[in-house]
Amino acid sequence: MNTVPHWGIFITEPMILGSDVMIVLTSVAIVFALTKFKKWGWLWREWLTTVDHKKIGIMYMIAALLMLFRGGVDAELMRTQLALPNLSFLDAEHYDEIFTTHGTIMILFMAMPFVFALFNIVVPLQIGARDVAFPYLNAISFWLFFFGAFLMNISFVIGGSPDAGWTSYPPLSELGFSNGPGQNYYLLALQISGIGSIATGINFLVTILKMRAPGMTLWRMPLFTWSVLATSILILFAFPALTIALALLLLDRTLGTHFFTMLHGGNPMMFINLFWIWGHPEVYIVILPAFGVFSEVISTFSRKATFGYGSMVFALVAISIVGFLTWVHHFFTMGAGADVNTFFAIATMVIAIPTGVKVFNWLFTMYRGRIRMTLPMMWAVAFIPCFAIGGATGVMLAVAPADYQYHNSYFLIAHFHQVLIGGTVFGMIAGMYYWWPKMFGFLLDERLGKWAFWFFNIGFYVCFLPQYALGLMGMTRRIYTYPAGLGWTVPNFISTIGAYLMGIGFLFIVWQVIYSVKYGERDVTGDPWDGRTLEWSLPSPAPHYNFATIPTIEGRDAWWMAKQGQLDKNAFLPKKSDIKPIHMPKNSGRPFILSICFFIIGIGLVFGVVPFDVIGGLGVAFCMFRRSFEYDTDYYIPVDEVIHTESALGRLQG
Amino acid sequence: MTTLAHNNVEHHHGAGDHVHVDYPERPIEYQTQDGALKILGFWVFLATDLILFACLFATFIVLRTHTDGGPTGKELFDVPIFTAETLILLTSSFTGGLATFEMHRGHRNRVIGWLIITALLGLSFVGLEVNEFVHMAMEGATMQRSAFLSAFFTLVGTHGCHVSLGILWMTGIIIQLFQRGITPITARKVYIVNMYWHFLDVVWVFLFTIVYLMGVM
Ligand code: HEM
Ligand SMILES: [Cu+2]
Repeated sequence: MNTVPHWGIFITEPMILGSDVMIVLTSVAIVFALTKFKKWGWLWREWLTTVDHKKIGIMYMIAALLMLFRGGVDAELMRTQLALPNLSFLDAEHYDEIFTTHGTIMILFMAMPFVFALFNIVVPLQIGARDVAFPYLNAISFWLFFFGAFLMNISFVIGGSPDAGWTSYPPLSELGFSNGPGQNYYLLALQISGIGSIATGINFLVTILKMRAPGMTLWRMPLFTWSVLATSILILFAFPALTIALALLLLDRTLGTHFFTMLHGGNPMMFINLFWIWGHPEVYIVILPAFGVFSEVISTFSRKATFGYGSMVFALVAISIVGFLTWVHHFFTMGAGADVNTFFAIATMVIAIPTGVKVFNWLFTMYRGRIRMTLPMMWAVAFIPCFAIGGATGVMLAVAPADYQYHNSYFLIAHFHQVLIGGTVFGMIAGMYYWWPKMFGFLLDERLGKWAFWFFNIGFYVCFLPQYALGLMGMTRRIYTYPAGLGWTVPNFISTIGAYLMGIGFLFIVWQVIYSVKYGERDVTGDPWDGRTLEWSLPSPAPHYNFATIPTIEGRDAWWMAKQGQLDKNAFLPKKSDIKPIHMPKNSGRPFILSICFFIIGIGLVFGVVPFDVIGGLGVAFCMFRRSFEYDTDYYIPVDEVIHTESALGRLQG
Repeated sequence: MTTLAHNNVEHHHGAGDHVHVDYPERPIEYQTQDGALKILGFWVFLATDLILFACLFATFIVLRTHTDGGPTGKELFDVPIFTAETLILLTSSFTGGLATFEMHRGHRNRVIGWLIITALLGLSFVGLEVNEFVHMAMEGATMQRSAFLSAFFTLVGTHGCHVSLGILWMTGIIIQLFQRGITPITARKVYIVNMYWHFLDVVWVFLFTIVYLMGVM
């Protein structure tokens, strides 16, 4: 295989050299700190081997924030290059690499883990379960994601980043045109983390269907959990298409097959179809959980039940179904013909209807509510106009004949950032603020959070509104520079200022987190927002086993009803006589080791080193066999220990 | 792994093979809560695997005429061979079913016997398939020759890999049956591997029809 790394690139490029130095220094510092403070054992016992959904969720969230930083740096670099015409801050090759890693990382290694973070942190607590259905598999999902992301990120310093766009269209991404290891990195990183994503879909579907507390019928389920249910189904139906698209492209590149090549009968459009059969549902995979967050946040901070609960659920289901019928809108220009394009154009526009239903329901929830403008609520409220504009430009793009003009222009770039940032990122940040006290037992500082909010929001419009104009003026995406005198200079300059403002906003969030660790208000009640759903009936952070006794749920928003005196509040506190030994899964280091084996296979395939594949493959097989023969997988927490914990929390009843 | 919603567990796990039963009234593989969850989880997994195959089928159908002047299915496929493969796999699905049947009647040795027969049938299926592939490759019909052959080898090969994996998996379960007999846990394993095996049979029926029968027509 002809994928020799450009080793020379290691030392000649200042940016890569800088990254090398940074990586080495950071790693040394981490190793030093862990050794000095004797934390290796702690790291292994508490985190690397954990199967606790709460900890896995926290790890997902930290990883997502780190990747938001990495993707954000990529974005700032690109915007710097485009600030003025004819700059040579980045050359064409670098620019290509950076938009590729930016897009790939933001979607697959920022948005996805952020979504999974909230799945993990919230769902079991919201439905009254002690963990997910398959905790061990959950750990595997996380570590596969982690090592997939790792693989993607080392590409920059070892051998060269992928540079064929986050969509990786052949024939450009085929061996003939992308002959370094970069494209292999992309394929393997996505493949490895993708396996984890499918497992997560299975896990949460089964968890939600089978592990709800007694009395919690589907129609009493909180809307966030509903959104996770819909998302899990989307993952299960969409991700296999990505798996196949990536696998076939990898076969083309490594074994010389002809699925998507220009020769011997290959058909590149087949890849593009498979990619978007996954890709369009993927945008709903990252937006529906954000919708779920908004439903929770808006109803809590309006002190009202969500308006139109049934229609909210209906809208989620409708979006999930129709979301599978729109993928061709990403390539109306393929020339599939008027009838095909018409079908997909109309299907795309139809999605605006359930989405609109949801937006109006959120507005009606706020209407006459007693609104509290906390941080999560601010992001939720900011989401509505942002998403409305993004949705409207989306409908414009869906007009197939007009799309021949917008296609691949900055109009499109502005549109999808508006929905991805205004929808997913706003939603994830709102969710992070909202459930932060539940995870860590303290609140994030309001004042710094407001600075972050305003910088990020104003920056957002300054950055992306000019790009609609640029698109209409003819600026296409994925160009690394442009000549002066086209009228593009001013909007580009403004846009770059906006990107910097957003960057400052992000830094405020980092500062806010660090500051609040020390000074943030502690959450002693477990219910700092006066919440409605079950997770707020638990202390913050929740004990290892979540619920000492599982409450019986007698209504929608049962915790809120109990606080209003409509239900018995004591039903949510454990009674001494009801406590039984609690069945829990044991920790295991195998998910971590298994994922390292996958990583080794990945490296082997990236560079065409067969022994690595063999070693990694044997490792995977060995781990799976060991697991199959393992019978001692769980244990019981004794009653005394539960009683002790609960009475220390002051929750125990008679 | 085990699950956590046990609200009303009365007694502790002893060491060894004592298995805590949540639902004694159910069929043995469903008697632990964990078992019931895993069976449902596996159904869901099969649904995603089916979609995986659907994507490969779609690719094959798009590319099946893209032979680039090279060999076509009609020239390559050998009717007796793929008919034999089909019969063997269908029979193995039946013997796998008999294993489940004996499991419910509590006959450990018969379960093991039927599983061994199933695995051996699977092995002969894989043998025939490998043989077929090698023959085709020797005639110059390699997966690099044309898009049609790339799609053919990948689709049929993916199924073959699934079957091979199933054989290894079944072997592991046979060993566990020897060690532990029929318990709610081993019963669940037998049940799930059989679900997998039947699923591969269903996929093969489509392969037989779409790849082979339509190929030689
Ligand atoms: C600080 C905020 C962000 C800024 C300033 C920004 C900026 C950019 C720029 C300049 C490009 C390249 C345009 C081109 O040359 O074609 C780009 C592409 C892209 N961005 Fe962002 N971005 C931001 C956040 C995000 C987020 C949060 C996501 C996803 C959740 C995202 C997803 C993408 C994707 C998928 C591409 C396309 C990459 C490709 O062409 O292959 N971006 N962004
Ligand atoms: Cu789309």
